[in-house]
Amino acid sequence: MKLKNFSFIIYFLSLVSLHSNNNKTELLEIYKNLRCLVCQGQSIADSNSDFAVTLKLVVQDQINTGKTKDEIYSFLISKYGEWIVYQPTFSKNNLLLWALPYLVFIFGGLVIYIIVRKTKRNKVN
Amino acid sequence: MKISILKIIIFSVIIFSLFVFWRGLKINNNYDTKSLIGNKISNFRLIEINDNDQYISEQDLKKNKYTLINFFASWCAPCRAEHKYLLNLSNKNKKIKIIGINFKDKKVNAINFLKDLGNPYNFVGKDTDGKISILFGAYGIPESIIVNNQLIIIKKIIGPIDQTQYNEVLELTQ
Repeated sequence: MKLKNFSFIIYFLSLVSLHSNNNKTELLEIYKNLRCLVCQGQSIADSNSDFAVTLKLVVQDQINTGKTKDEIYSFLISKYGEWIVYQPTFSKNNLLLWALPYLVFIFGGLVIYIIVRKTKRNKVN
Repeated sequence: MKISILKIIIFSVIIFSLFVFWRGLKINNNYDTKSLIGNKISNFRLIEINDNDQYISEQDLKKNKYTLINFFASWCAPCRAEHKYLLNLSNKNKKIKIIGINFKDKKVNAINFLKDLGNPYNFVGKDTDGKISILFGAYGIPESIIVNNQLIIIKKIIGPIDQTQYNEVLELTQ
């Protein structure tokens, strides 16, 4: 019976610990994507400036109230503009930024395909 | 024929890169939140510095034609420099109400600051942990935001108010 209770406590504690680790990972992920506006090239995860500390508190509060990552980002974008997040959102101004890697990938694949096909043809001839 | 296609591709890449660099040069890389002028301020609840039961919210700002929200602290030297302009503004322009938000400061220091330099504010609220400043999109002090009675931001002043900005505020709120 004692062993059963003990196992239950261990199980409960590991669940709590797992949940808290997940929360920490999510918080860190959000911190890393938020730019510290008063620092040089640092995210708020890397900074202990007044601004970064305050922003971390706000993010923690919002996570505690059940806000999602995207909701937090859009809240902060509405306050500070898109510059606050490292990963830009999709818009017509940065369409090329998002599309170019895929276009280059497709173009590269096409070039390789043409070269391989030509080489094969040349070999046959 | 092969060379000409290659040449066209290289030429296009060069032109494209030049275009991207040219566009890049035109973009202002200095961050400020002035681009947020025209946005509405959202829900807030600002508690009075001396009385925890007294507070204002965005609904109270709708009663003023213009409201200047100023972030200040007793430990902030530029805040002292801009204080005379806030005093002038509160004396000269009755259309504008000034709300002070005391940012990460000790209450006693803030009260002494206002006793020494004068109090231009119609309401002084406290922002002990800085969270209110995030709601207003502030990232340092001093910073001032002017909103109209529809709660739309019509001007943002990042840093201390100087003579030029003071004149601009007067002109804007006439």
